[in-house]
Amino acid sequence: MITVESLTMKYGRTLAVDDISFTASAGRVTGFLGPNGAGKSTTMRIMVGLTRATQGTVTIDGRRFADLPNPGLEVGVLLDASAQHAGRTGREILVLAQQFMGLPRTRVEEMLEVVSLTPDEASRRVRDYSLGMRQRLGIATALIGDPEVLILDEPANGLDPAGIRWMRDLLRGYADRGGTVLLSSHLLHEIEVIADDIVMIGHGRIVSQGTKTELLHEAGTIVRADNAIQLELALTDWGLTTHPTGDGALRTEADASLVGKVALQAGVALTELRAAEGAGLEEMFLELTSATQREGVPA
Amino acid sequence: MTTIAAGSSHTPRTAVHPVPLTRITAVELRKMFDTRSGFWLIASIAITAVLAAGGVIVWAPDGQLTYSTFATAIRFPVVIILPLIAILAVTSEWSQRTGLTTFTLIPHRYRIISAKAIGSVIIAIAAMALTFAVGALGNLLGAGVKGAPLVWDVTLTQCLYYVFGMVLSLLVGFMLGVLIRASTGAIVAYFILTFLLPTLFGLLASSAQWFHTLQPWVDSQFAQSGLFVFDKSLTGEQWAHIGVTGLIWLVLPLLVGLRLVMRAEVK
Repeated sequence: MITVESLTMKYGRTLAVDDISFTASAGRVTGFLGPNGAGKSTTMRIMVGLTRATQGTVTIDGRRFADLPNPGLEVGVLLDASAQHAGRTGREILVLAQQFMGLPRTRVEEMLEVVSLTPDEASRRVRDYSLGMRQRLGIATALIGDPEVLILDEPANGLDPAGIRWMRDLLRGYADRGGTVLLSSHLLHEIEVIADDIVMIGHGRIVSQGTKTELLHEAGTIVRADNAIQLELALTDWGLTTHPTGDGALRTEADASLVGKVALQAGVALTELRAAEGAGLEEMFLELTSATQREGVPA
Repeated sequence: MTTIAAGSSHTPRTAVHPVPLTRITAVELRKMFDTRSGFWLIASIAITAVLAAGGVIVWAPDGQLTYSTFATAIRFPVVIILPLIAILAVTSEWSQRTGLTTFTLIPHRYRIISAKAIGSVIIAIAAMALTFAVGALGNLLGAGVKGAPLVWDVTLTQCLYYVFGMVLSLLVGFMLGVLIRASTGAIVAYFILTFLLPTLFGLLASSAQWFHTLQPWVDSQFAQSGLFVFDKSLTGEQWAHIGVTGLIWLVLPLLVGLRLVMRAEVK
């Protein structure tokens, strides 16, 4: 289990990670979702001690990463498949990990088979690898110590559809045997396909978290009025949280009948009122992405 | 596409032991050899040592065909190559970004850095043993080919001086790798420190009287020159020069570099 508590990371005045807390549970695949630059990679680097957090802690089964005596046997990590010496062969990179962890040499060939790298491919230098092959090698390095926790940053990048399916089955099996899997992605679809739990992050903050079922089928209402400000005020007065959808409408978790009553009482003429049809997560995600594209308008 | 299980089911492990430093050092040594560039860099020590010995046999005047001439000639290529090995051992973790894996598998950076230092020194000592062997072969061969008398004019103490001097050069390279953490920058800095700076100090010493007496306390190459002359034992004052220049040019910047390495973010 990975526990993140009130994690904050400041670069000068920029808040890359802003007070985030979540857990990734054993036996489940947790998807860490967010647009590029949302703070996913920074959070993952902090988890494994490559970056020092300004505040907050991360523990893995109750211990800090740096306190693990032989971390490779307990936590498998893949942060960037391209961060390898281009002049080493794939097999050599696995041998280095095997030796650091003090594992039997046979483990290297076993892992090559698990990630479907042929002996011939394993003898090639990494500079000649495609991104997909690098990802497979990186996953092999993460798995070689047979750890109970996996931390993978964008592992599906560069994999073809068959590769993504393969990885989904691999991680599924891993979690089903009691392992903890945390993987990040900037693609909602990837996370939808693989994850059981979703933590969505934008601008360094968690914007939503829960099980996939909860989040994807979240009830909600889309409501629109000519006087959007008055509508928003009325809903907020009722204690309802509203989110702009990006095209002038509001989304709220309340159901349509309540929203209609609130609007009637406030005397706001509605132009649209409908169920959000489980699109809450996707809309929230698009909102985040478009906000990033509009140069950092806070979500 | 195989879907073999990733490993055994997660049976509770027996107590996990910390990774011993000997194992980290062994892996770090392996990393210095396991790329083509690393392998040839180390091989080039042997190659240039043989070339330098050959050069002495061909060109040295008969009277100077002694063991010390061989050892001195071989020193020049080796003193350039050896620090490069130490520099690249450190900087490649950043320039090739392998640090992302290394510092995750061993989350205590000082252990990796120590292992690299020990590994570099082991290579330096092995390289010195090779240098002495090639020098001895050259001396025997030179005497045989040219019919000159066989002269062994180096004592064991002087051999140890020589090894010590070479290890100091290597450690300067290591220090620059730690301090700068970029291959090109560290290599350029090494050449400035070893070749350009001593020349400038020499010019200053010959033109300014006040610097003349100060030079041995400031110029590390000047202070260490006694280690490589195969002449006589060093005096206490010469050791003091080596100590003071070593403190200024090696220990202090190394401490700064180590502090930076411990705190720097690995990306």
